[in-house]
Amino acid sequence: MRPEMTAASLDTTARSSAERGALARARLLRGLLPALSLALVLLAIAWLNPRAISYFGFSLMLNLAIPIALATIAQMFVIAGNELDLSIGTFVGFVGCVTATWLKDAPLIGVAILLGSIGVYALLGALIHLRNLPSIVVTLGMSFVWQGLAILVLPKPGGKAPDWLLAFMAFKPPFVPFPIIAALLIGLIVHFGLMRTSYGVILRGSGGNPAALGRAGWSLLKTKIVLFALAGLFGVLSGMALIGITTSADANIGNGYTLLAIAGVILGGGEFVGGRVSPIGAVIGALTLALAASPLLTFMHIPPDWQVAANGAILIIVLAARVLISRRER
Amino acid sequence: MKKLFVLGALAAMLASGTALADTSGKKIAFSNNYAGNSWRQAMLDSYGIVTKKAVADKVVGAADIFTTADKEVPTQAAQVQNLILQGYDAIVINSASPDALNGAIKQACDAGITVVSFDGTVTEPCAYRVVVDFKDMGKQEVEQMAKFQPKGGNLLEIRGLAGTSIDDAIHAGILEGVAAHPEFKIVGSVTGDWDQTTAQKAVATILPSLPDVVGIVDQGGDGYGAAQAFAAAGKPRPTIIMGNRQDELQWWKEQKDKDGYKTWSASIAPGVSSLAFWVAQQVLDGRTDIPHDLLVPYLAFTQDDFEAELPKIVKGGVASHEYTQEDAIAAIKANIK
Repeated sequence: MRPEMTAASLDTTARSSAERGALARARLLRGLLPALSLALVLLAIAWLNPRAISYFGFSLMLNLAIPIALATIAQMFVIAGNELDLSIGTFVGFVGCVTATWLKDAPLIGVAILLGSIGVYALLGALIHLRNLPSIVVTLGMSFVWQGLAILVLPKPGGKAPDWLLAFMAFKPPFVPFPIIAALLIGLIVHFGLMRTSYGVILRGSGGNPAALGRAGWSLLKTKIVLFALAGLFGVLSGMALIGITTSADANIGNGYTLLAIAGVILGGGEFVGGRVSPIGAVIGALTLALAASPLLTFMHIPPDWQVAANGAILIIVLAARVLISRRER
Repeated sequence: MKKLFVLGALAAMLASGTALADTSGKKIAFSNNYAGNSWRQAMLDSYGIVTKKAVADKVVGAADIFTTADKEVPTQAAQVQNLILQGYDAIVINSASPDALNGAIKQACDAGITVVSFDGTVTEPCAYRVVVDFKDMGKQEVEQMAKFQPKGGNLLEIRGLAGTSIDDAIHAGILEGVAAHPEFKIVGSVTGDWDQTTAQKAVATILPSLPDVVGIVDQGGDGYGAAQAFAAAGKPRPTIIMGNRQDELQWWKEQKDKDGYKTWSASIAPGVSSLAFWVAQQVLDGRTDIPHDLLVPYLAFTQDDFEAELPKIVKGGVASHEYTQEDAIAAIKANIK
């Protein structure tokens, strides 16, 4: 995969200026696509249920999109390093169980466990790099470990979120609903860190063209550790945000997030080749998926027998539109 | 202006009769998290039959069913939030988790929506819970066993899915029944997971180590498997309590036709969904005296009436019962006491 990549980028520099202009337009379209699909889904919702387009409506529809957005950002860091994390969903569930138990009853131990779990993520990054293991296999294995630990921490559903977390997630700022502010903040902060700082460039480069970076003297081990630690950090934030909304935990609470997070990254303009990701796009992608999968579906009044299939169909349509447009770039 | 409003409200109250509010304009949603087994299918069918008629009779304005794609908690929480936005007056819910949906349920209550949970009930205090009296069902199993085996003897217990409240409750009832009937003794216990195949394997494994047993107390969905295990081992057929499954009642009928085999069958009716619907309707009707925890009876069949039910159950299905508004009112009354 990587030799072609370098060849492709060499190609790009050799192209004429007209071609470059067309490419830039396609790039722009690709950049706008996540926002465009979000606008489409919002329009559909507004048409089906005008009541939903309000302060109250957005707070309700989008608050569960915040943990998905955070999990998507976590996945994005891993994908930026040209790896894939199949354990983020169960990791979020594990964090949720710790949040609803230890973090409330013994905050110090809770914080230690959560920091420790970020450390485990960093170690996984090191392991994958040093032993040259496929990340899919390692993280698939870890997904069962996290699931098992979650059941150990919370054998049956229950627990309670810490009061400060409940208060934080129920925060009602004036004029703009909290989930929108949170989504903006997450997108902008990660965008600045990954797209606008010099180390961000190194991190992306380690996924896009590791050979070049390695020759330039950067430690690929360190970049992989940092990327996985960041994934762990955002996984922790996702689990905490989720429990702050649901108020209590369940060992299986995050299982669906793994695939949602991957789909969110791709929908948001990221690609599986490493290095090509967009934090703001990923957040918008997560919001789009959350809105398309649940409110849109509920408002459409589909017969119950078809609802499950319709959910899948919406996801496919949204992702297919993304693929169609990015193909025009080639 | 205010006075006019009060007068108008007063007039509306008078027009609609005494304590009863009009529910013909009310919308009730059903939030379901899983549809992938025969029990859930029967649950949806019963709900559909009852609510379609209720809408046609203008008892309620709308009764829509929403099923999520997976058994995930966040998906169902989001679904409940969307139902709030849709402007439903009540939500009937079979919840994916007893606790983890409480945040969304509380938001629904705060928005003035009546929430009635059943089967997968929720612990949020503002919601109603329609709970089947599983403990009494366990106790009745031993009571019935005492009729068929008056001399008493050894019993084998088949338990359900470990860690669930249902398994706990039935087990506690059985223990209570055995305590009241000291002539019985539980000599073995296996886990059948409410599944014929699992139960058959589990019973076959423990059989060689068991003394002679006169009866099997179980949780439904496991009786036929147990019978198969005993037949395969060539052991004498004990009195097996059944759980309303089609294959169980079919086997019972075959045995009855052969030599007058006697037993008893009980389980939760999937149609309890329709009972939850009527409870929601009653709350919307303006009744304020309904307890938030409603214990409702299970569905039982005896030697005399099970054969009449058998043809009505689809192959591989389970006996159900569509509840009526009167059933709901009676159940509420029984709980007020």
